[in-house]
Amino acid sequence: MNGYITFLFSSSIGKKLLMAVTGLCLIGFLAMHLLGNTMAYAGATAFNDYAKKLHSLEPYFTVFNIGLLTIGLVHILIGVILFFENLRARPRKYEVFKNPGGMTFGSRTMPYTGILILIFVIMHLLKFTFVDKSVIPIYQQMAATFANPGWVLMYVVAMVIVAFHISHGFWSLFQTFGINHPRYTPLIMRLGLVVTLVIGIGFGILPVYLLIIA
Amino acid sequence: MSEHETINITLKVWRQNGPEDSGRFETIPVADVDTHSSFLEMLDFLNEKLILEDKEPIEFDNDCREGICGTCGIMVNGIPHGHGKGMTVCQLHMREFDDGDTIVVEPFRARAYKVIQDLMVDRSPLEKIIQAGGYISVNTGGAPDGNAVPVAQEKSEEAMDAAACIGCGACVASCPNASAMLFVSAKVSQFALLPQGRAEANTRVLSMLQEMDACGFGNCTNHRVCEAACPKEVSITHIARFNREFLKASLFGRMPMGE
Ligand code: HEM
Ligand code: FES
Repeated sequence: MNGYITFLFSSSIGKKLLMAVTGLCLIGFLAMHLLGNTMAYAGATAFNDYAKKLHSLEPYFTVFNIGLLTIGLVHILIGVILFFENLRARPRKYEVFKNPGGMTFGSRTMPYTGILILIFVIMHLLKFTFVDKSVIPIYQQMAATFANPGWVLMYVVAMVIVAFHISHGFWSLFQTFGINHPRYTPLIMRLGLVVTLVIGIGFGILPVYLLIIA
Repeated sequence: MSEHETINITLKVWRQNGPEDSGRFETIPVADVDTHSSFLEMLDFLNEKLILEDKEPIEFDNDCREGICGTCGIMVNGIPHGHGKGMTVCQLHMREFDDGDTIVVEPFRARAYKVIQDLMVDRSPLEKIIQAGGYISVNTGGAPDGNAVPVAQEKSEEAMDAAACIGCGACVASCPNASAMLFVSAKVSQFALLPQGRAEANTRVLSMLQEMDACGFGNCTNHRVCEAACPKEVSITHIARFNREFLKASLFGRMPMGE
């Protein structure tokens, strides 16, 4: 039985399914995060109260974070394993290789956008999660950060990278789950574009807004 | 697309003396190529010339030369079987090229495909995957009664579309990850869709997947290049079915043989 379970999860499709499940959870998290961010438009007090309320929801808050961290780590670990396995699957590259159709910028860059997202997430956590919020509340720290155009640019670029990752990832996870239908797949792809734009623009616009009102 | 009766081209072709040789590109000008000839006929003419000049002819696989056997398969300008849609390289014609073109010709490349010589590669891992489960174990006896086992029209059509796969391995060659998912999924689909194939569906999908991974093919990342490169235009909906069959089998299946 043990060997059976190991085989399922270490098989190529098993790994892909883990990517798809964790990827879907991460998109779900981004949706919640984006919703939370809208509180910033309601002003400093509303946002700070919201943040405090969120952190006071123990033990759910800690459980949620550990869950999210695990999901993220699985996604990254398997993503890296797949990347190296796929590199190894063609030791000698083609002199000339053309895309006869299908490949997109998003699909081609999945592992690279993934790593860039990881770097961004670490930086983002250091900037806004693992900081002392007892003296200066989080909204004021955020506003101060995004009064600097350099930080705004950096966040906007990061969101473009996330958008590219999702531009392939969203459609791809349905295919990995085995959902492909002549009628619904074009809809899923269109929905993927909408999700990509909502996430990319939705997150990217807040730093710009804060820069403008600063 | 050439209007001329003959064209002059330059081939930049991969030469490799055997599996252990490291191989290199050779640039060979080919004059007076008949535009009515197929790509493989062009190579035949060139080979005759090379033999007369006491040089090694360029090895390449081929058999039926009408796009049904799946034996041929060469990278032409970076695309398996060349740039024509839904055709094998034996069906590619020289009129598709222009006078003065340089054509880069390479073998299908993947860790699972060993180059035997020049453009000829060992695609036997695909056979191994078939041996692992690409069959049904029933006593077929005489010709069965046509409607004894009812099969829905859409199902039989889809199974036929999957069965159109000629096993040339271009999907692997075109895949940026050298994944064999399109090939294996077509073979899984053609049985999974039909009642005769359902009996062994769970063990089949797990055994074929296990063999596919063991052969050293890459993992599918849903680039969809295989579908565009497939000479039989096999659809990636079969890959989705393969994924579904895997999910079903992992819940209800048993360990494939050999473990
Ligand atoms: C933290 C760093 C990240 C890395 C290193 C990473 C890496 C990867 C890689 C390499 C793939 C391709 C896997 C494959 O096609 O088999 C992938 C797929 C995917 N990623 Fe990420 N990713 C990261 C973050 C994220 C985030 C934050 C999200 C959520 C928005 C996400 C969502 C997805 C989705 C939905 C897929 C498609 C899964 C599938 O094709 O089945 N990833 N990721
Ligand atoms: S030689 Fe048979 S398909 Fe090309």
